[in-house]
Amino acid sequence: MAEQRSLVMDADEIRRALTRVAHEIIEKNKGAERLAVVGIRRKGVPLAERLAALIGEIEGTKVPVGILDIALYRDDFMTKQSAVGQTDIPFDVNGRTIVLVDEVMYTGRTVRCALDALMDMGRPASIQLAVLIDRGHRELPIRADFVGKNLPTSRKEMVDVQLKEIQGEDKVFIQKSEG
Amino acid sequence: MRLKSKDILGLEEMGADEIELILQTATSFKDILNRPIKKVPTLRGRSIVTLFYEASTRTRTSFETAAKIMSADTSSIAAATSSVVKGESLKDTVLTLQSMRPDVFIIRHSASGAPHFIAKLVPSSVINAGDGMHEHPSQGLLDMMTILENKGKLSGLTVAIVGDILHSRVARSDMWGLAKMGAKVRFVGPKTLIPPEAAKLPVEVYTNLEEGIKGADVVNVLRIQLERMKKGLFPSLREYSQLYGITNERLKAAKDDVIVLHPGPMNRGIEILPEVADSSCSMVTTQVTNGVAVRMALLYLLMGGSEDVTAS
Amino acid sequence: MSLLLKGGRMIDPSQGLDKVADLLIEDGKIAKIGENLNADETIDVSGKVVVPGLIDMHVHLREPGFEYKEDISTGSRAAAAGGFTAVACMPNTHPVTDCKSIVEAIRRRAEEVGLAKVYPIGAVTKELKGEEMAEIADMIEGGAVAFSDDAFPLENSGLMRRVMDYAGMFGVPLILHCEDTSLSDEGLMNEGITATTLGLKGIPRESEEVAIARNLMLARLTGCPVHIAHVSTRGSVEIIRRAKEAGVNVTCETCPQYFSLTDEAVKGYDTNAKVNPPLRTADDVAAIKEGLADGTIDVIATDHAPHAIEEKDCEFAVASSGMVGLETALGLVMTELVKPGVLSLTDAVEKMTATPAKVLRLESGSLQAGKAADITVIDPEAAWTVDPSKFHSRSKNTPLGGRKLVGKAVLTIVDGRVVAKNGEVMA
Repeated sequence: MAEQRSLVMDADEIRRALTRVAHEIIEKNKGAERLAVVGIRRKGVPLAERLAALIGEIEGTKVPVGILDIALYRDDFMTKQSAVGQTDIPFDVNGRTIVLVDEVMYTGRTVRCALDALMDMGRPASIQLAVLIDRGHRELPIRADFVGKNLPTSRKEMVDVQLKEIQGEDKVFIQKSEG
Repeated sequence: MRLKSKDILGLEEMGADEIELILQTATSFKDILNRPIKKVPTLRGRSIVTLFYEASTRTRTSFETAAKIMSADTSSIAAATSSVVKGESLKDTVLTLQSMRPDVFIIRHSASGAPHFIAKLVPSSVINAGDGMHEHPSQGLLDMMTILENKGKLSGLTVAIVGDILHSRVARSDMWGLAKMGAKVRFVGPKTLIPPEAAKLPVEVYTNLEEGIKGADVVNVLRIQLERMKKGLFPSLREYSQLYGITNERLKAAKDDVIVLHPGPMNRGIEILPEVADSSCSMVTTQVTNGVAVRMALLYLLMGGSEDVTAS
Repeated sequence: MSLLLKGGRMIDPSQGLDKVADLLIEDGKIAKIGENLNADETIDVSGKVVVPGLIDMHVHLREPGFEYKEDISTGSRAAAAGGFTAVACMPNTHPVTDCKSIVEAIRRRAEEVGLAKVYPIGAVTKELKGEEMAEIADMIEGGAVAFSDDAFPLENSGLMRRVMDYAGMFGVPLILHCEDTSLSDEGLMNEGITATTLGLKGIPRESEEVAIARNLMLARLTGCPVHIAHVSTRGSVEIIRRAKEAGVNVTCETCPQYFSLTDEAVKGYDTNAKVNPPLRTADDVAAIKEGLADGTIDVIATDHAPHAIEEKDCEFAVASSGMVGLETALGLVMTELVKPGVLSLTDAVEKMTATPAKVLRLESGSLQAGKAADITVIDPEAAWTVDPSKFHSRSKNTPLGGRKLVGKAVLTIVDGRVVAKNGEVMA
């Protein structure tokens, strides 16, 4: 089974995309007041931290960051079991504008879990979604508000986002598996 | 990674890696207890039957709370038993309940080995909530979680368990779990309340309290029961308290940052004085909270599907 | 009608016999052992071992009263299949075998069944209550061969002394189940590390040893012939050894479980391993083997104790105590004692034939001419696996399911009639 990997985003492209997304978030929300960024475990977390830092730099404020583990909200618990990680939302969710962050949006099910989890913690004023890569093939009526890059893919392909904080470098690959 | 067995019968047979998995998972669950909405949908529609042949409010409530937070449905059966009265046999009771297809049985029984007997009988998972003098695994796990939170590690710690070890399933579960994780365990109590051949277990045995808790990082105080005095195992509660009661003065023999655990309910003034029970080194209320977290973790790990998923 | 067993190795400890020969049976009696004999019917037993019919002097037939566990018919079938031509049955029936009429009823029923010979053991006290002596002389007249308090030890020393004084007059042995119940105190298995790990209350060895010591001192005082039942510990063997050296009139028995299993068999809470006295440690097993080898232990009996399924298929604490043994005894003796050289075949046979016959004062346990033709033919090389579902006993409670054994009875003959052949019981 041959595997072909091709690079679709390098570190600079990722940096520029995130910077643009940060500006878009600020523009849409007319500033960073009442804003909070929540990363979906695992890879959404460093991206959320970067976005929060970028927004904070631009607006000159500190934007709170939260970590969301969605294992307990998955819809496939009957067949699969995932390790449960820490959820840490160190701010009051009520009345906030929350920007959920994930690295890849695919079927939309992960985001659905994240929405349920957030709602169980309180009543945000609104929830917006920022993703680095949107690879299509939605199975639920969910769309991202902010997209780093649209990447049309086939179902046979895998999108592998590597981040400096986890794998040591920023790169996005598409991996084709045959057979 | 997953648990190896469909049941949680004891810590003796559990691997250190399984214990670590449970403790890690429990830590993640604990945060749910601090949320305004203490509910996650994970076990929605799954059913849990608690079958308690011995009276217990705290353990039963703890399991029920854990189940409800996870959105599972619970039924509770409190059966009175007497070895003399031959009512419906345990086997028949369990088979009848099994035909309602519960996912998990949680059983507390006065006969050691009763959960093992049931686990062979039914395809559901069985959690031992305390069997005779044998084990109380969820208590052992919550004790370890409490110690771990406080000390940052288990390996290398000295844990002294004081009291009626002979009749204590908590002491045994603590021993198996802690020894497996590299802690040094001591049994401290009068000879009449130490199990036979205890020296062959992974513990050190002491009949003198001061020697037993000297330099200990953790002191776990067990409840002393009046019935044991009636059976001639020690002359009076007064004498027991004089020899083994935990006081601030006695605790000085342990480390300065010693923490005190108690499985509850406490006999204030007998095995433990209020000055200790209410002090900052007492972890009793934390134990109760951790109990719910541990039990949620156990339910989660037992009822999940067979494939592993790693969050990307 | 004459029957010839041809070419087998004839072992008869009662006459110091061990040679390959033919054995002639006429009119239900042993006619002679010799070479090249003839008869109406011949069975070729070459390669097999021919011994006096095995006698099990400690069996629970459960009839009258507990027929759901076993009765005289199923028990006799189990005995025959296991190679036993005679059994002595314990009095803890319901009603208790404490009077002549019940003794006679048991004997009559056994004769009706017509398989193994059944010798009733009478109760020492009325209803086994440990209060009033039962009618010992009357029961002897009815055919009781010994008396026992089995499972209900007589703990009042004064009463035991009086019983020994009285029963001793008749020269009939008192078979004693030795246990100090205040020490065993509702224990469920041997006291030790296995019990501690399983969380089960233990029965200390001293519970058996203290009672044996007391009983032997009283036996010495009264001169009553005493037989210690189911010896299970090193300490017990040592006490009996010293008592014998001191001239006390005592015999004793052990059971195959006490030289084949240890308390580790209880792991997993196997109720089939729940027995009284409990299974002990490896050291005790070694001591039992030593006791058998040096003659301290005189007899091997089974303490065959059938229990129904619902009495074992439950939590350990409420399960009944006991295991069946008639159909595994010979295999265990051959595999655990004879093969490894703990006992010679002759000595093992003696402990199951001549010696129990002597203790119970029976005219059997021998292949001498003129004796009743009670004979067991053993295939010492037969390899088999214990399968409780195939037991003839009504109950199948044994922890030995699946155990591989070598040695089996292939022919059981009572009064010259073949009652069992290759594990099948006739009629």
